[in-house]
Amino acid sequence: MSLLHKPRAVLALEDGTVYYGYAFGFTGRTVGEVVFNTSMTGYQEILTDPSYHGQIVTMTYPHIGNYGVSVYDMESNRPYARGFIVREFSRLSSNHRAHQDLASFMQQYEIVGIEGVDTRALTRRLRTGGVVKGVIHHGEADEALEADLVAQARAHEDIDGRDMTPEVTTPLPYARPTFRDNPRVVVIDFGIKHSIVYKLEQAGAEVIVVPAQTTPAQIMALDPYGLVLSNGPGDPDGPKYAHDTVWQLLGLLPTYGICMGHQLLGLAVGGRTYKLKHGHHGANTPVKNVITGEVEITSQNHNYAVDIDSIPGRQFVATHVNLNDGTLEGMAHQRYPVFSVQYHPEASPGPHDANYLFRRFISEVNAFEGATAVPAVSLDGL
Amino acid sequence: MPRRDDIHKILILGSGPIVIGQAAEFDYSGTQACKALRGAGYEVVLINANPATIMTDPEVADRTYVEPLTPEFVEKVILAERPDALLPTLGGQTALNLAKALHESGVLVRHGVRLIGANYDAIHKGEDRQAFQQAMAKIGIKTPAGKMIGSLDEALEFVGSIGYPAIIRPSFTLGGTGGGIAYDEREFRDIVRQGLHDSPVHTVLVEQSVLGWKEYELEVMRDVNDTVVIICSIENLDPMGVHTGDSITVAPAQTLSDKEYQELRDHSIAIIREIGVETGGSNIQFAVNPENGDVIVIEMNPRVSRSSALASKATGYPIAKIAALLAVGYHLDELPNDITKETKAAFEPSIDYVVTKIPRFAFEKFPDTSDALGTQMRSVGEVMAIGRTFKESLQKAMRSLELDVRHAFADVDEPALEAALYGNPRRLGAVLELLRRGRSVALLHEQTAIDPWFLGQLREIVEAEHEVAALGDPSSWKWETWREAKRLGFSDADLARLTGVDPARVRAWRIAKGQMPVYKTVDTCAAEFEAYTPYHYSTYEWEDEVRASTRRKVVILGSGPNRIGQGVEFDYATVHAVWALREAGFEAIMVNSNPETVSTDYDTADRLYFEPLTFEDVLNIVEHERPEGVIVQLGGQTPLKLANALQAAGVPLWGTPAHAIHAAEDRDAFHELCTRLGIPQPAGGVARDAAGAKRLAHEVGYPAMVRPSYVLGGRAMRVVRSDGELESYLREVYAELPDEPSILVDAFVAGAVEVDVDALCDGHRTVVAGIMEHVEAAGIHSGDSACITPPVTLADETIERITAYTVQLAEAIGVRGLINVQYVIKDGEVLVIEANPRASRTVPYLSKAIGHPLAKYAALIAAGRTLEEIGLTETPRPAFYSVKEAVLPFLKFRGVQPLLGPEMRSTGESMGISPDPYLAYYKAQLGANVKLPREGRVRLIGEGLEALARRLAVLGFEVVTGAPADLEEIAGDALLIDVEHTPALRRALEEGVAYVTTPEAATWTTTALERASGAELRVWALQDLHRPGTFSGAATAR
Repeated sequence: MSLLHKPRAVLALEDGTVYYGYAFGFTGRTVGEVVFNTSMTGYQEILTDPSYHGQIVTMTYPHIGNYGVSVYDMESNRPYARGFIVREFSRLSSNHRAHQDLASFMQQYEIVGIEGVDTRALTRRLRTGGVVKGVIHHGEADEALEADLVAQARAHEDIDGRDMTPEVTTPLPYARPTFRDNPRVVVIDFGIKHSIVYKLEQAGAEVIVVPAQTTPAQIMALDPYGLVLSNGPGDPDGPKYAHDTVWQLLGLLPTYGICMGHQLLGLAVGGRTYKLKHGHHGANTPVKNVITGEVEITSQNHNYAVDIDSIPGRQFVATHVNLNDGTLEGMAHQRYPVFSVQYHPEASPGPHDANYLFRRFISEVNAFEGATAVPAVSLDGL
Repeated sequence: MPRRDDIHKILILGSGPIVIGQAAEFDYSGTQACKALRGAGYEVVLINANPATIMTDPEVADRTYVEPLTPEFVEKVILAERPDALLPTLGGQTALNLAKALHESGVLVRHGVRLIGANYDAIHKGEDRQAFQQAMAKIGIKTPAGKMIGSLDEALEFVGSIGYPAIIRPSFTLGGTGGGIAYDEREFRDIVRQGLHDSPVHTVLVEQSVLGWKEYELEVMRDVNDTVVIICSIENLDPMGVHTGDSITVAPAQTLSDKEYQELRDHSIAIIREIGVETGGSNIQFAVNPENGDVIVIEMNPRVSRSSALASKATGYPIAKIAALLAVGYHLDELPNDITKETKAAFEPSIDYVVTKIPRFAFEKFPDTSDALGTQMRSVGEVMAIGRTFKESLQKAMRSLELDVRHAFADVDEPALEAALYGNPRRLGAVLELLRRGRSVALLHEQTAIDPWFLGQLREIVEAEHEVAALGDPSSWKWETWREAKRLGFSDADLARLTGVDPARVRAWRIAKGQMPVYKTVDTCAAEFEAYTPYHYSTYEWEDEVRASTRRKVVILGSGPNRIGQGVEFDYATVHAVWALREAGFEAIMVNSNPETVSTDYDTADRLYFEPLTFEDVLNIVEHERPEGVIVQLGGQTPLKLANALQAAGVPLWGTPAHAIHAAEDRDAFHELCTRLGIPQPAGGVARDAAGAKRLAHEVGYPAMVRPSYVLGGRAMRVVRSDGELESYLREVYAELPDEPSILVDAFVAGAVEVDVDALCDGHRTVVAGIMEHVEAAGIHSGDSACITPPVTLADETIERITAYTVQLAEAIGVRGLINVQYVIKDGEVLVIEANPRASRTVPYLSKAIGHPLAKYAALIAAGRTLEEIGLTETPRPAFYSVKEAVLPFLKFRGVQPLLGPEMRSTGESMGISPDPYLAYYKAQLGANVKLPREGRVRLIGEGLEALARRLAVLGFEVVTGAPADLEEIAGDALLIDVEHTPALRRALEEGVAYVTTPEAATWTTTALERASGAELRVWALQDLHRPGTFSGAATAR
């Protein structure tokens, strides 16, 4: 294989910018919203995180694939990212945990990749110009083809306002057979990462995962002691039915929202979400717990944020803020044991600083005595 | 802000003279700390005996004491300054040990000084192996099976349970001094004995070996609010077994999955909390078993370390500065990230490039010692390079080293290559060569334990080499070929060599194809936020982020990796140039490849290019920036040797012109010049080949002094006494230095006094800044000899003649800036040995001795100022003496006799200040870590020492003469004077007994002991030294 002359590929953005690189992964063409992620490790978790459904991910760290791919690092049963943009993928991977190398993994799941791109230039473009749609195409591209690719990017459906949950949620509810003695927690799957389930189990829950469209009555029929609203892809304004579900369940159960789950809580109680310029995607974001004054380093992956001031009647108080840009990172209900965070306490990839939130949730679940007696939320330590 | 208001005046301990394991990185960290704390409104008092540092410049701290780092002297400073806090975490192991001693002796409590940054318990837990192991067991983190041992018998018993190889680590030593890996009982006995001795508490840890495991370091920060962040992860390319300071290291970690990395991160946070480092930075080292991911923690340093300096440069996160501010109570989330301005210091840097560090060694100076690397650090410097990929970064680092790493083994047969695969400085070259010959990654992994990922990357470099060579003639290459070859990190010179063409043509073809590097920014955040910090590196990509400004600007070339002969002094000079030119209104642009330094701090210059100092890389920057001038004469030989090529390429060089530099360095031209000026020289000349050298040697007669031209630091300088010695010398030099350099052959003037002179010339006027008289007789390299200024034994007319010659030479050569001239004086006759129109290593010391920043002046002269405008028109006459003493690394090189010679081998220096020249010498010795005794037994070995013996006896010493019957007796001596150079010297070195090897130093030492006896040794702040009234009258020698 030549290192100087590799099979070509291009990345065309809707604004007309074209980046040149080389083909890797599955051979073909793909289209999606282009986002960058600044995690230096965890490419496999990122590729398999359903929140990236419909997106093409570019990694800012230049070497990707170094430690291969492991069955233990799947965040769902397959990759969801539409495409992968890297500076250089590793032809040789090395790690005792690896079962496969990245290139073959991408071929197996038909993920189109491009390497050799000036990913820093692309990231700067995304930072200043905001989220943009793009097309990766394998093969030579002349001017005419480039124009076609730009047109294809433009024509691609916007994520805004769309409901993407049907494409990622589990078709059927499932219970995990172990942990039967633990209090039961129902997780609504809007595109869940496996790590959320593991962390709940580790903290002491029996977990039942249900499809996004499950009704409040069906959920209550499972006799849960807690409710978790999972992460998921796209615009939280899309799945309107979920706002309704959350509204109806509000106050009935200790509730814990993560990422999109957090946004859905905000929307359910009449608040508003807005799209960030380029989102937060990485594993190094400092978040301050405004109740305790502690600082935690968090894993993040979102393009939308909750405007807490838009929530009528001050039902929620801010518990966590982003130290970089001051955006809302966490909130708690004034009356109910209901809280949520915008970031990813389950990490994978990223730091484990926020693991305490799972323990906190389970302690709420343990303190919960049934669906009629709802204790007031305690803000200590949130 | 929770800034502490209960403290106002903070004492910072420096790290003392540069030694192996504790180098320029602590100048960088100390300087940052002083600046940060003063900026936060505290008064800062600094003590450090090392004059060749930026931190000891009078403008960096409020009160600066260039005084010995001993408990006695620190207490004197505490009494004089009454600080209310002591910050011990920025001066390396020296400062930490000193703080521990001051705490234990009750000095701190007695004077109401609180330790900040790390408390006594944390220092103890972090540094004491047993306490550390207990702490780790408590939080469930594994450490290697090991036992703290206090005797050899105990050690032998324990090693029976863990087997060989075993690791021996002495407690509380820096850079692992005295430690090692023992493969059998004989080695084990040797190392344990030495380790027990080196440890100040006489204990060693004997430990299970984890040779071949992957090695990682994490840099951790913590504040009083208990926020902990990881600044950087570093992976060692050389696996466990080679000291991390001697390993090629890469940031960030490359072969850890997120799950594994987060485990190390969790451990690091748990460790810093358990050890109890309240605030500041720590460095934690882990070993990871590549077979199953088992993790053990090797050690933690509860302080800023060499790796912290590297991590700061690798990420752009100013660890030392932030650590200093955390020590006075600030929280991480209150401190801004200087680079992005809008975000906070409470975050974890994400980088979008790869950083490679390669250490630089000095084994060529110690030919009798093995170059096998182990747990004791022996590198003397390092380079760092930034590239978008590991391959690019490694290739840039290799060419930054100024050694031919790539092709060191080109003509070597396979058995010799195999033999070079153990951990040693040449291993990278051997691995590359074996890959070129088709050796598999799997087999090399088995042979070296280097991770296959790294080997795979090296293989790609080699495959690309084959591809380039097969393509041939670059004139016909496609754009894409050029682009990808340059992206892989090949230099023009590499491509020229691979394709067999002239490098200049490669450059021309490359530029014709539109291939110029772009410059990217080190921004801590992988471009997520706008960056305001002008810290850049080159790469071959599409977007150039760095726009040249329209200001008047100057590029200053740094000094590259520290090495013996070209150390921190040259960084000092280039930093001064930056400061001077910034003050004069220029945009100052720094180019350097050394991560340990102040010059590569991103707020030293207006712009920093972290780049190799090669013709190609420098010229690219010059073409990108288009400066008014480039300054090459302050960074030592590294930039100087680029002068001719840069000038030929049309680069405007400021200061002394290249042809003038050449005129002084070219021996024939210089000889002719001296003859014309009527300045006498020792007989000698320059030989172009071996026959010529022999002819010249016969002309001048043996003993003769021989050295190659154009090499700094006395590299391969020697006194030869016969044809046989000359021939073997020539063989060595020709084998080691490419292109068979010309050899200078001079008559050796025995028993003469040697003198160093630094002077400034602006083209109109020359001012001698100072005359430094060497303590040791001519024949000892000027860098290794102690020296004193003003001179003490020179007659007035000799001084006048030296001054006159220096002025004549400076003006005739055409110097615009600094010149250093060396003379020998015998029987009143002054002979010039050499003149170097550039900054010398005495510049920082002399600047402090006379109270004038000479390197700053040189930079201003280069920018067109005159000495009159600058305000230095005559030789300053200080009211006190300043002695510089050299510090030598003999202890690190087993079996080497600690003798001075014409080859420079010192790594650092100390300075002693007093109105009495002998007390200045005394303090310089203490500053150089020589434990001059006040009582006990003095042993004298050699002829002609009778008078000294009587004087020492009068002082109350027990005096014995002659070599000991048993070397063990040396341990009972307090001072050894051995001018016969018997094996007693090595033993004295190993036992930590003060020793003297020359008659001159013996006399100086004896007189110094006399003067110190009963005298109160005083301390002075640099800020007071040149103030009228501090001293009564001028310094007097007699």
